[in-house]
Amino acid sequence: MRIDCPYCGSRDAHEFAYLGDATLTRPDPAAPNAAEAFHDWVYLRDNPAGPHSELWYHASGCRRWVVVARDTLTHAVGPTRFACAAAEPREGDAR
Amino acid sequence: MRYSLLNVIVNGLTGNRFTGPAWRDAAPKPAYDVVIVGGGGHGLATAYYLAKEHGIRNVAVLEKGWIGSGNAGRNTTIFRSNYLLPGNQPFYEWSVKLWEGLEQELNYNVMASQRGIVNLIHSDAQRDAYVRRGNAMRLSGADAELLDREQVRAMMPFLDFDNARFPIKGGLMQARAGTARHDAVVWGYARGADALGVDIIQNCEVRGFTRDAAGRVTGVETTRGTIGAKKVALAVAGSSSRLAAKLDLRLPIESQVLQAFVSEAIKPLVPGVVTFGAGHFYISQSDKGGLVFGGDLDGYNSYAQRGNLPVIEDVCEGGMAVMPLIGRLKLLRQWGGLCDMSMDGSPIIDVGPLPGLYLNTGWSYGGFKATPASGWCFAHTIARDEAHPLSAAMRLDRFATGYVIDEKGVGAQPNLH
Ligand SMILES: Cc1cc2nc3c(=O)[nH]c(=O)nc-3n(C[C@H](O)[C@H](O)[C@H](O)COP(=O)(O)OP(=O)(O)OC[C@H]3O[C@@H](n4cnc5c(N)ncnc54)[C@H](O)[C@@H]3O)c2cc1C
Ligand SMILES: [Zn+2]
Repeated sequence: MRIDCPYCGSRDAHEFAYLGDATLTRPDPAAPNAAEAFHDWVYLRDNPAGPHSELWYHASGCRRWVVVARDTLTHAVGPTRFACAAAEPREGDAR
Repeated sequence: MRYSLLNVIVNGLTGNRFTGPAWRDAAPKPAYDVVIVGGGGHGLATAYYLAKEHGIRNVAVLEKGWIGSGNAGRNTTIFRSNYLLPGNQPFYEWSVKLWEGLEQELNYNVMASQRGIVNLIHSDAQRDAYVRRGNAMRLSGADAELLDREQVRAMMPFLDFDNARFPIKGGLMQARAGTARHDAVVWGYARGADALGVDIIQNCEVRGFTRDAAGRVTGVETTRGTIGAKKVALAVAGSSSRLAAKLDLRLPIESQVLQAFVSEAIKPLVPGVVTFGAGHFYISQSDKGGLVFGGDLDGYNSYAQRGNLPVIEDVCEGGMAVMPLIGRLKLLRQWGGLCDMSMDGSPIIDVGPLPGLYLNTGWSYGGFKATPASGWCFAHTIARDEAHPLSAAMRLDRFATGYVIDEKGVGAQPNLH
């Protein structure tokens, strides 16, 4: 598997560390159902067979978090982007 | 037919013309008392003990391919009870006890061989940890023995004792651990269950569920028609989330790939199972002579049933660090299986979470050894609608209550367990 890091370019997946599902968002700790929401966030997963949006950390590269679209049935790696929108290159920035 | 020395000889001499199939090729009936989804070791053992221990014989096991085509037929066949935590250890020790009598119980040669396991020690801290583990094992009634370096050397002189980074300082041994022929375990339970009246239905994929107005699960929709059931039990290992999704359930499971490897056959070398304590590598030798080994998960979600090259390199590096002679051997085969990694690395056996539904999942990369005890406890759970005392800690709600069983202490990160 090769992952196209938005900063470093195409690199072996071995350079990255895997965290998992990128679609989860940390719940509001002040919400009345916070305990339940945190349980779901920490433990429950869709775990789909097919397209999966996931977080990889480019540990042996630029050390940025990358959101990778990957198919769990075929291992085909699709488009990637930085996890932190603020880290996205702005227009006019050098790549 | 009961197998015996006499009938092996007679059938052998008559070209096995009168042996007959080991189990019937059953067609689905419209309804059963219990439908078990998944014809791996756990589903079949559950059916066997439901019929044998609880007298519930109107049971079907539905398998989408052929029985044993999942992880039951892909694992490295090790059984052991060298766990640490109280929620796990007594369960696995009961499993080893069942392994010890399995051939007599099933009248089938599952080739269970108690050749022992040695976890190598490379540092003082690791020795302390293994002393603690050995004591925990003994408290549950299991056997454990601390070996010093010379005792390990006498057993396995081919290991690299003086490796500069990972010198071998001893080992924790469980002599009653061992290996079994994985396919034979599947076939033995299938034959035993069939003889007690269980229908084993292959090429029958469950695609959905039927439910009544109250939400109770009342049956399954399959590629061979709708089948009603008073109780539906899931034992589909790595496919658990896919089936749960049909019931709008999300599970604390990620399906990840684990690879295994077999070398060319050599003369008897490795006496039992050995695990490298400084990296992730474990090895045993099959009765055919091939070295069977494995290591880490690939570490990402996957349903592909195959892994990637970096892990192969990593496993082989581990092998070279602990037994350099392995570098002279050719790798014959390599494959991957679909592991139901749970969020704490421990299994789930439970009633629910919906009425009419029973759940058996989360075996991660270590459920082969559990096959007998999993069937034993899951059958009890289904028959009595309550957890078996040995699997009482393995319930689904432990993630909500905080009573997780995290042997490695790494938290809700499946690829680290
Ligand atoms: C490479 C590898 C090495 C391993 N080594 C060891 C080891 O040394 N020791 C150990 O203890 N454990 C080991 N394991 C783990 C062990 O193999 C599993 O935990 C265990 O086999 C899981 O239980 P099972 O046998 O019931 O699963 P499976 O055999 O996977 O059974 C699940 C069955 O469900 C079927 N199924 C799925 N979806 C459907 C559907 N919709 N309808 C009908 N049927 C369906 C599948 O086809 C499959 O046959 C290893 C696993 C792997 C992959
Ligand atoms: Zn990068």
